Amino acid sequence: MTAVSDTETTIGFGRVLRKEDVRFLRGKGNYVDDIKLPGMLHGAVLRSPYAHAKIVSINTAAAEAHPKVRAVVTGKLLETLNLAWIPSLSHDVIAVLATDKVRYQGQEVAFVVADDRYAARDALELIEVEYEVLPAVIDAKTALDPSSALIRDDIEGKSDNHIFDWDCGDQEETDQVFDQAEVVVKQEMLYPRVHPAPMETCGAVADMDPISGKLTIWSTTQAPHAHRTLYALVAGLPEHKLRVVSPDIGGGFGNKVGIYPGYVLAVVGSILTKRPVKWMEDRSENLMSTSFARDYHMSGEIAATKDGKILGLRVHVLADHGAFNNTAQPTKFPAGFFHIFSGSYDLRSAYCQVTGVYTNKAPGGVAYACSFRVTEAVYLVERMVDCLAQELKMDPAELRMRNLLKPEQFPYLSPTGWEYDSGDYPRALRLAMDIAGYETLRQEQAEKRAKGELMGIGVSFFTETVGAGPKKHMDILGLGMADGCDVRVHPTGKAVVRLSVQTQGQGHETTFAQIVSEVTGIPIADIEVVHGDTDSTPFGLGTYGSRSTPVSGAACAIASQRVRDKARIIAAAMLECSPEDLEWESGRWFVKGDPSSGKTIQEIALAAHGPLELPDGVEGHLDGQCVYDPPNLTYPFGAYICVVDIDKDTGKVNVRRFIAVDDCGPRINPMIVEGQVHGGLADGVGMALMEAIAFDEEGNCLGGSFMDYLLPTSLECPSWETGQTVTPSPHHPLGLKGVGESATVGSPPAVVNAIIDALSVYGVRHADMPFTPAQVWRTIVGSPMRTDMAFK
Amino acid sequence: MQVPAPVDYERALSLDHAIELLERYGPDAKIIAGGHSLLPMMKLRLLQPEVLIDLNNVTDLGYIKVESNEMRIGALTRHSELLESPIVSEHFPIISEAERVIADPVVRNRGTVGGSLCQADPSEDLAAVFSALKASVVLRGSKGTRVVPVREFHSGPYSTVIDPGEILTEIRVSLSSPCGSAYKKVERRVGDWAIAAVGVVLRVSNSRADDVGIGLTAVGAEHYCAYEAEEFLVGKELSEETINECARIAAENCNPSADQRGPVDYKRHLVEVLTFRALGKAVARCKGGSQ
Ligand SMILES: Cc1cc2nc3c(=O)[nH]c(=O)nc-3n(C[C@H](O)[C@H](O)[C@H](O)COP(=O)(O)OP(=O)(O)OC[C@H]3O[C@@H](n4cnc5c(N)ncnc54)[C@H](O)[C@@H]3O)c2cc1C
Repeated sequence: MTAVSDTETTIGFGRVLRKEDVRFLRGKGNYVDDIKLPGMLHGAVLRSPYAHAKIVSINTAAAEAHPKVRAVVTGKLLETLNLAWIPSLSHDVIAVLATDKVRYQGQEVAFVVADDRYAARDALELIEVEYEVLPAVIDAKTALDPSSALIRDDIEGKSDNHIFDWDCGDQEETDQVFDQAEVVVKQEMLYPRVHPAPMETCGAVADMDPISGKLTIWSTTQAPHAHRTLYALVAGLPEHKLRVVSPDIGGGFGNKVGIYPGYVLAVVGSILTKRPVKWMEDRSENLMSTSFARDYHMSGEIAATKDGKILGLRVHVLADHGAFNNTAQPTKFPAGFFHIFSGSYDLRSAYCQVTGVYTNKAPGGVAYACSFRVTEAVYLVERMVDCLAQELKMDPAELRMRNLLKPEQFPYLSPTGWEYDSGDYPRALRLAMDIAGYETLRQEQAEKRAKGELMGIGVSFFTETVGAGPKKHMDILGLGMADGCDVRVHPTGKAVVRLSVQTQGQGHETTFAQIVSEVTGIPIADIEVVHGDTDSTPFGLGTYGSRSTPVSGAACAIASQRVRDKARIIAAAMLECSPEDLEWESGRWFVKGDPSSGKTIQEIALAAHGPLELPDGVEGHLDGQCVYDPPNLTYPFGAYICVVDIDKDTGKVNVRRFIAVDDCGPRINPMIVEGQVHGGLADGVGMALMEAIAFDEEGNCLGGSFMDYLLPTSLECPSWETGQTVTPSPHHPLGLKGVGESATVGSPPAVVNAIIDALSVYGVRHADMPFTPAQVWRTIVGSPMRTDMAFK
Repeated sequence: MQVPAPVDYERALSLDHAIELLERYGPDAKIIAGGHSLLPMMKLRLLQPEVLIDLNNVTDLGYIKVESNEMRIGALTRHSELLESPIVSEHFPIISEAERVIADPVVRNRGTVGGSLCQADPSEDLAAVFSALKASVVLRGSKGTRVVPVREFHSGPYSTVIDPGEILTEIRVSLSSPCGSAYKKVERRVGDWAIAAVGVVLRVSNSRADDVGIGLTAVGAEHYCAYEAEEFLVGKELSEETINECARIAAENCNPSADQRGPVDYKRHLVEVLTFRALGKAVARCKGGSQ
């Protein structure tokens, strides 16, 4: 199926090469580590080798004596500045530098500022820290045992490792549904801790101008405005004297939502030395200490009739949040949007209960729809549906088809309170099955099975909830999740659009220009996108949770619409007629019934800045602004099918085919959408087959380098087969739904379902990701491993 | 960016110069060849040598040639050169098959054969290959040259019998022994180190194995070698049954340890599967008359 806009274009929606690639392909990107200021110093962080230990003493004398060292910062010093602890994004605090004890391996203990990066690193070895090692809490399942060590003794009155209990849905009704159901299937599953692993690690350059008192922070942030406000609140710095710049970002995936201790330390370093200070973490620091994703131990139950009508879902989750509760999510939702777990199905009732616990692991986590937990929710429901299919001996595609919501049920109020905006689910699943040749694949599988070969076909269907979100329900630390946009047309008809969101590789410089172009008719090439600098962009909460297109995209569309409306008034003044007499065609207002008399947007722009007399109350110039508070979230969806072959003797999985049908509403730039889908699918294959951060009993992180934390390469990925359906969102001005995380949400269950489908000949119903060869073999022989712990 | 500790640098202009520099700086100096093992360890500060002696300009150490019925490989020969060599692919499919799955093209373009053997990583692929081939290495120092069998060269994880003043200059493999060879490796992802890998070299006469080399890597086998399995197979008819039994013995006698690549039982199982497969392939190659 081809959408109307699926052609090359110079104006509006369609295929167009990414504007930003001109500089990226020539190596001319400008990342934080490319920032070099006169007199700039370099910082390095000393980190804890232990997961849990009391700090007995820190001796910095030798480091301070190093000829190139300019400052050594410890927690004690930060205490005097009231900066040893800062608020987390989830009503907790995080330590900038440990004062009392360290709570995870890799935690920040001291900071050295020196003339160059080498000297800063050398000086770390001169700091002597005496630790008294404490027992570590590593297994989330034992975190609440009374015998477990207390991690957060810094919190007054705290006597256990419990963070929160949260539930959603009608428990009583759900229990009733389960009590009366003919079939109930129960399954425990772990969505292991994974890392966003962006190519560019995190870092910052802080420059405090001692004369003007202005502090500029260049940093790897997905949310520059939110960061500026937080710095102001935390450090008591006046917000108008703060400028946060997020230059080119080498991948974020949620890793760059929060404020890390290193950023604060760069600021402190600059204040102390009166010089700019750069801090750039290395790969191991990034993997070991920055926000992870997932780490949900889920216990699911699904209720159904014998003939496969799904009735209810019930889930208990143990959420491992690490040593500080630092997940990013709207305030009222400690488990993010996990309560979207009833998925794409027409259920009678659903109930979830989530308990968050502290462990001696790095805090987090925000990654690729994780903080908002849609990824975990979709994995849960899609695995449960497959478990049910196996129990009922039904084909998993058929079971889904029977239970998917029908197009006429939209807008659909889910049992946990979501209002799904629009969808035609059966059409998407049918399309995926057609592209896959589903029935033929099942025949092939039967033939292979007869020969003793392992082949699996996995289906998943996902519904996301993105574009957070309506201000009255959603805020982060009191900041409502609305975003501003400002469109200005210059006298010569070129335009600039200023955004509150910040691209990390998603191609905003192209797609937002296309949105302005679609509405105003100004060529894409004539529109400059400005973002990432708080001094030159309107306020907003930034890019994560697939919210840029649903929220900022809407703001941009409305601001552009306001430009067009104003252009109409100006054109009417030019043509000496009334605005109502004018009709719009792309890039031009003309007189109804007289197409030859009209004014192009460029002519109008020039006139708007000229001597032309405008009606009373109409100001000159051509611009439009909007602050968009979304009325609802958007609900992208898709149907995925994965085909795997497994070597039963070695356990090696080969992903042979992957079919992805996505519906994100109209596609601004189909090429960019496909790129987002390809990347997300690769990530899904990675999580399903190889990615996991496990810990040994002492709390040593076993995924601290790319030798241990594996990311998939092109050789693990098949040639993706993508398809689309287009169901616009009724409440977004352009019908757009967002696509940034769709594939990473939808693909892991498809791959896992395929693997379990292949292994079902051994009576296997579930085992946990990642399916490394060892895990597959262990599953075959009936002893799958816990993938969050060291293998034994 | 991970940054190493301060280090000095010397560029060797010839083999003799390199040996002289080693002599001058003593045990705190390290030879650097491809740098693909050494530099990562220095960046993690697991190693902090005071001086690096760069061998890369001693280009006459990079060669693959046939002499005295032996294939001779210069220590500075890159992985990619082994992979592309017609001599290698004609006589030793075990080497070509191993090279295809060592790291990735970027690493293979720089990493050297000498560096691989001297690094003595317990998961090194070429160590298992040359152990299976019963190759020997030439070591040169200021006191002279010695030839050491590969099966005596490695003395444990990350350790060899090389003296601080010595340089590995050449690897020698007899051309007379094999009629079939093969290499089988399973890794978690392309470019990853082996979970386990097995190399097999066979000479067959009258359908019986009269010379057998079985190399194992990543499973704690002493000298990367499956001695018991080799011993079992010598003189046996190469039936499916004996191959099976040989694979079982190789698995039984190796000594893997658990890590995130896999638990012990799986690694042992893998040795059995891969030994069986490598033997099967090598036997087929013997029968095919071609390598
Ligand atoms: C990403 C990555 C993946 C890899 N994957 C694999 C894999 O799958 N399988 C595998 O087997 N290997 C793998 N390797 C290792 C790679 O093959 C070796 O790093 C490399 O071949 C070692 O050779 P080098 O020339 O780089 O040695 P260097 O790093 O230069 O040196 C290694 C050691 O040997 C010493 N040395 C080097 N040459 C000599 C000499 N002539 N005489 C005496 N001492 C010497 C050095 O002093 C040093 O101690 C991988 C490496 C990387 C970076």
